[in-house]
Amino acid sequence: MNKRASNRLPEPWGSVIDRDHTISFQFEGKDYRGYAGDTLASALAASGQWLLSRSFKYHRPRAALTFAGLEANSYVQVGDRPNVLADLLPIADGLSAVGQNYLGSLNRDYAIHAGRLARFLPVGFYYRAFFRPQGIWPLWERFFRRAAGLGKINPNADPGYFDKQYLFADVAVIGGGPAGLSAALSAAGAGAGVVLIEEAAMLGGALNYARFQRERSEIQSLRDDLVARVQANDNIRILAGATCTGWFTDNWLAIGRSNRLYKLRAKYVIACTGSVEQTMVFRNNDLPGVLPASGVQRLLRLYAVRPGKQAVVATANAEGYDAALDLLAAGVSVQAVIDINRSVANPQLAERLSAMGVAVHHSCTVSEAIPGAGLRSITGVVVNQLTESGEVTGDGRKIDCDLLVTSVGYAPLGQLVCHCGGEFIYDDDVNSFSVRNCPPDSTLAGSVNHRYALEAVLADGRSAGLDAARALGLDPAAAADAGPDPGAAGINHPYPIFPHRKGKDFVDFDEDQTVADLQNAVADGFAHAELAKRYSTVGMGPSQGRLSSLNALRIVQRYNGGILAGASVTTQRPPFKPVSFGVLAGRSFEPERLTPMHEWHADHGAVFMPAGMWQRAAHYAGAKDQAAAVAEKIAEEVATIRGNVGVIDVSPLGGIEIRGPDAAEFLNRMYTFAYQKQPVARCRYLLMTDDAGGIIDDGVACRLGDEHFYVTTTTTGSDAVFRNMLRRNAEWGLEIDVLNVSSTYAGMNIAGPNSRQLMEQMESDIDFSKDAFPYLAALQGMVNGIPVIAMRVGFVGELGYELHVPWSNALTLWEQLFAAGAGFDIRPVGVEAQRILRLEKGHIIIGQDTDELTMPRDAALDWAVATAKPYFVGKPAIGFSRTRRQSRQLVGFRLLNSNGPLPEESHLVIHDDAIVGRVTSVARSAELGQVIGLAYVAPEQARPGTIFRIKVDKGLEVAAQTVQTPFYDPENLRQAL
Amino acid sequence: MPLALLKYGFRRKYKGDKYFPAARPLKDTYDVVIIGGGGHGLACAYYLASDWGIADVAVLEKGWLASGNTARNTAIIRANYLTPAGALFYEESMRLWRSLAGELGINLMYSERGHLTLAHSDAALRTSRWRAEVNQHLGIDSELVGRDEIAKLCPEINLSEEVRYPVLGALYHPPGAIARHDAVAWGYARGAMHSGIEIHQQTEVTGIKKHVGGSIELETNRGSITAGTVVQAVAGMSSEVARMAGFKLPIRSIPLQACVSEPLKPFLDPIVVSGSLHVYVSQSARGELVMGGATDPYPLYSTRSTLDFTERLMASMLELFPFLENAKVLRQWAGIADMTPDFSPVMGLTPISKYYIDAGWGTWGFKATPVCGKCMAELTATGKVPDLIRSFELERFGRMEQVGERGAAAVGH
Repeated sequence: MNKRASNRLPEPWGSVIDRDHTISFQFEGKDYRGYAGDTLASALAASGQWLLSRSFKYHRPRAALTFAGLEANSYVQVGDRPNVLADLLPIADGLSAVGQNYLGSLNRDYAIHAGRLARFLPVGFYYRAFFRPQGIWPLWERFFRRAAGLGKINPNADPGYFDKQYLFADVAVIGGGPAGLSAALSAAGAGAGVVLIEEAAMLGGALNYARFQRERSEIQSLRDDLVARVQANDNIRILAGATCTGWFTDNWLAIGRSNRLYKLRAKYVIACTGSVEQTMVFRNNDLPGVLPASGVQRLLRLYAVRPGKQAVVATANAEGYDAALDLLAAGVSVQAVIDINRSVANPQLAERLSAMGVAVHHSCTVSEAIPGAGLRSITGVVVNQLTESGEVTGDGRKIDCDLLVTSVGYAPLGQLVCHCGGEFIYDDDVNSFSVRNCPPDSTLAGSVNHRYALEAVLADGRSAGLDAARALGLDPAAAADAGPDPGAAGINHPYPIFPHRKGKDFVDFDEDQTVADLQNAVADGFAHAELAKRYSTVGMGPSQGRLSSLNALRIVQRYNGGILAGASVTTQRPPFKPVSFGVLAGRSFEPERLTPMHEWHADHGAVFMPAGMWQRAAHYAGAKDQAAAVAEKIAEEVATIRGNVGVIDVSPLGGIEIRGPDAAEFLNRMYTFAYQKQPVARCRYLLMTDDAGGIIDDGVACRLGDEHFYVTTTTTGSDAVFRNMLRRNAEWGLEIDVLNVSSTYAGMNIAGPNSRQLMEQMESDIDFSKDAFPYLAALQGMVNGIPVIAMRVGFVGELGYELHVPWSNALTLWEQLFAAGAGFDIRPVGVEAQRILRLEKGHIIIGQDTDELTMPRDAALDWAVATAKPYFVGKPAIGFSRTRRQSRQLVGFRLLNSNGPLPEESHLVIHDDAIVGRVTSVARSAELGQVIGLAYVAPEQARPGTIFRIKVDKGLEVAAQTVQTPFYDPENLRQAL
Repeated sequence: MPLALLKYGFRRKYKGDKYFPAARPLKDTYDVVIIGGGGHGLACAYYLASDWGIADVAVLEKGWLASGNTARNTAIIRANYLTPAGALFYEESMRLWRSLAGELGINLMYSERGHLTLAHSDAALRTSRWRAEVNQHLGIDSELVGRDEIAKLCPEINLSEEVRYPVLGALYHPPGAIARHDAVAWGYARGAMHSGIEIHQQTEVTGIKKHVGGSIELETNRGSITAGTVVQAVAGMSSEVARMAGFKLPIRSIPLQACVSEPLKPFLDPIVVSGSLHVYVSQSARGELVMGGATDPYPLYSTRSTLDFTERLMASMLELFPFLENAKVLRQWAGIADMTPDFSPVMGLTPISKYYIDAGWGTWGFKATPVCGKCMAELTATGKVPDLIRSFELERFGRMEQVGERGAAAVGH
């Protein structure tokens, strides 16, 4: 390990580090050591390494500011993880991190010279150039894209594990600082179940490092007492090290901890999210060595890191004086306290500091920090007098220092509240944003609510907890109104912005935006704060404006002449802090549905294909890569059904039962055909259209009783059809029940000329003879002791029985069928063969042979539309469409030359160079010895015998002839055997 | 360093480059009032002046300029639509896009990155081939590509077959582009303003009356004004404004959400879309991944964000790009999409004479900004519906002559 300067303070400094456990890690390839409890940023700071990364535009050096994970300044790259907050990342043995966004090395970034070009890169400079002559931008863009971005993604990164957990709470308290602890205790005390969410590993918030203008020991014992009471309370569940990143409608909270996303539904939410210290604006205010008071105090108290040797404190409030006292206690020499108010913010503390030999000045400000080598540190500051109106005046005086601490006020961390309706409004009373319009069943407490004095914060938390108890009905009498904090107005300086004529007075450290950039945006006409933001990009970086939007609004309103009080900023959007894709995604849940016979298929050489959520057996060729073998197998499966007997697993079909006195009426309204007079024990075709008359589903209705139908749906349509039925009946109020039984029944279609003989070998109370079980009959009974609904339908055009069987019995019956059929050489048949079989019969597949505008007439399905019915969904549109000219017709066709180029599905039908239709299905039929298909053609081409042209690959055209369907067995004799 | 920037550096004092005028009083009457100061309304205003010399025009915007869907869309531009009417319309838009930056004098960062629509099922492959065939027949650069070609065009996509929905192929549209959406509105606004057209922000139309003489009276929060002709271009609120005017639109308004990642060093060149997984993504010149998916499942006039949107979208993103699990979502937001039954827009005449509509832009409006603005300006100036938008008139629903684009527009981008 290299010898390095150690900035580590002795005990008792450092409440979160464990000096007995030393940890070794690397940054930028160099070895470092820190203690357990250190973050990467604190351990590096302890070793004198402040610089972490480089800024987006000018590659300015970036060091952590708040040490609370609130700004992108502390972004580093850790292995495959880009943009990791170094001030929240615990160090661990073997950890290796590097800085981001530099060219060359982190310390010597040659892109730093971009800063010298700043005068040529005014706000929105990229809109003003790079586009002439036409077409030049893509060349410039390559350069811009090389310069863009922060961290790096490794396209070969290994996947990790992420998961999710649901939580419920009476009261969710977000934030474990003094307000949150006190709110949790008071709500829990009233009997509420509380979940307390704290981002840091340790509860206590500001109680862990701040003084609240008292002695630190007093605050520490208060903190220890509160935390102990919270930890001992059985009604409080603590989620520490967890960040609430989103607050959605109805108190639905997203909370990330490590690789887990908690989703918490709370009856009541108390946001004790605190506030973030704002930056002071002056020249070089972004350099390492310039730190906010809260950052300095966290470094000292939590990590025992001394942030410098010689400090200057620039302050507008008592917190700055507190920080000066802390620095003195830590052995840092405080050169001066610069109070930017007209008179000192806290005379008592000022006197105390003076007594300790610290010069306290008021009515003056730091106007500039003087950079050290490579801008990596500061060597001093320039202090100027302020005029009565707060303008910098005089030549200024230099004070040497290596640390400038600023304390000019806070912005509430109310972003979460704004995710679901809250608003940030500039409030003159507190010189900051106030959070307005808290969502129902929630409240704010603590500094997010502009309570800063310790008593006010604790009382506000207590009061919020009682509010929650009252809202939940736990303690109806609970009443406490803590009232405002009278000292709040003195905390936030109204305009801690001191523009410098030489610039580098940064408002937004993510985007390198200066005062002049905002001023110029306003001058360009982007006067509305929102437009100025979008034009300048201020607040759009990864810090999401937490440290910049308050100052930006102050500046924009000053230059556009607008009124600051009541002004609002852009709606704050989730997440509060960036959330990893992995945490949001969790374990990918993309279930597959498998039929009860799936394993059987796999054992018999099935190759599967996806069909919606299902995996279906495409064919049984054993492998899919040998095209000739596959084609031969499919042909064999087709021949099995045409000449013998085969079984198709049709379990993925949807099934819905409709029962009740109005069942037939319900079907009459849902579907186009007529069902009132459908006899019991018969099947009827189902065709469903939408309000515009477009076909959306089809199936078969089996009437099992006067008031009982079992209907099938397409595989991919079943959920939508069921949902549609529920919605429609909510409107109609018919006396029926609708039950989705899609996964109650499996299905198998036994088809082929030998299917009756096969069925007659099964033990059954169903008479499968032609007379007892004719075509389109639907019977219920037992087969081999298994209850079935059996129907005779003709999708593949042969004698056949479709059996719908309870899911759990399906495999048994399937195996028994194959045992009984061994003598017939029975075969399983896949989807590919079924597609050919149905095409030979001219049957359509919804979604393949139809699109959302296909009406029954277009698909030659007018026979299934009962126009005499008073109403069905789509009837008005279908009726109207019949008064209009038809634009296309689905027809069967055959290719004139079966040996030429083959059309594919979606190839276009062209007439006089215009698109008149397209092929929707096509296959080579061995049975018919030709290539057949279905296609949309112009109505005048629909007459059988008409020749039309299909444009195939490479612009070639082939001739096809319209053919009457069915292609196979046109008299439909075979299915009715 | 381009010359255009030198002048800023060598000037002692910053010389403003005025985009918008200071607010001024509303006049009593205008020849033309455009309701809606988004990209479409501003483009229409610009072309009214530049193509037709009509400058007595007021654009009324209830919020700040381009604060609606122009600010919220994901800025994808393409022409690989399914119907000849749609494809030709968007193709003309792309032609206008290419020269637009020069015409408006602002860098729109129009970048033809190539556009891949992945197919994970037989059905999606069929639709892709259908679109490719129609596009090619009309001369639009678009083709069906296989897995090998996808691997070359975008090696980052997970082409493993061991995933739930393996990629089977894709529709590839080389001219598919992205642009800087805000700049488009600003450029049109500046151009319109320089011709004397008035743009009024924070000016909301609250009532619409038709006078016997033919003029139209608009009540606003700043008093009432009379217009010779009105153009309505208020995506997200089309039905409500039309209702004020006294007619109905066949539109359902549904939230469409989107999000961006933190800036990452650019690694993704083309625009990638997957209909089956409901995701689309491109990487901007800032390095942010811009991502979106399907519209929300129910109609709503609220632009709230939801958690399930990002949960679902990120699951899909990781299916396609598993190595992105440590990338982070920076911000999510929502806009309101005016969905029509056929997934095509509504442009042209309404039941009210001299009141023209530009609506029904669902999830596909940004890319049409130039061509729609130009056509609406022509309609406003001449009273005649340009051929390019004739198929999209409101009356088509009454005649059952819909322009079915579901297959090309179901994923919102």
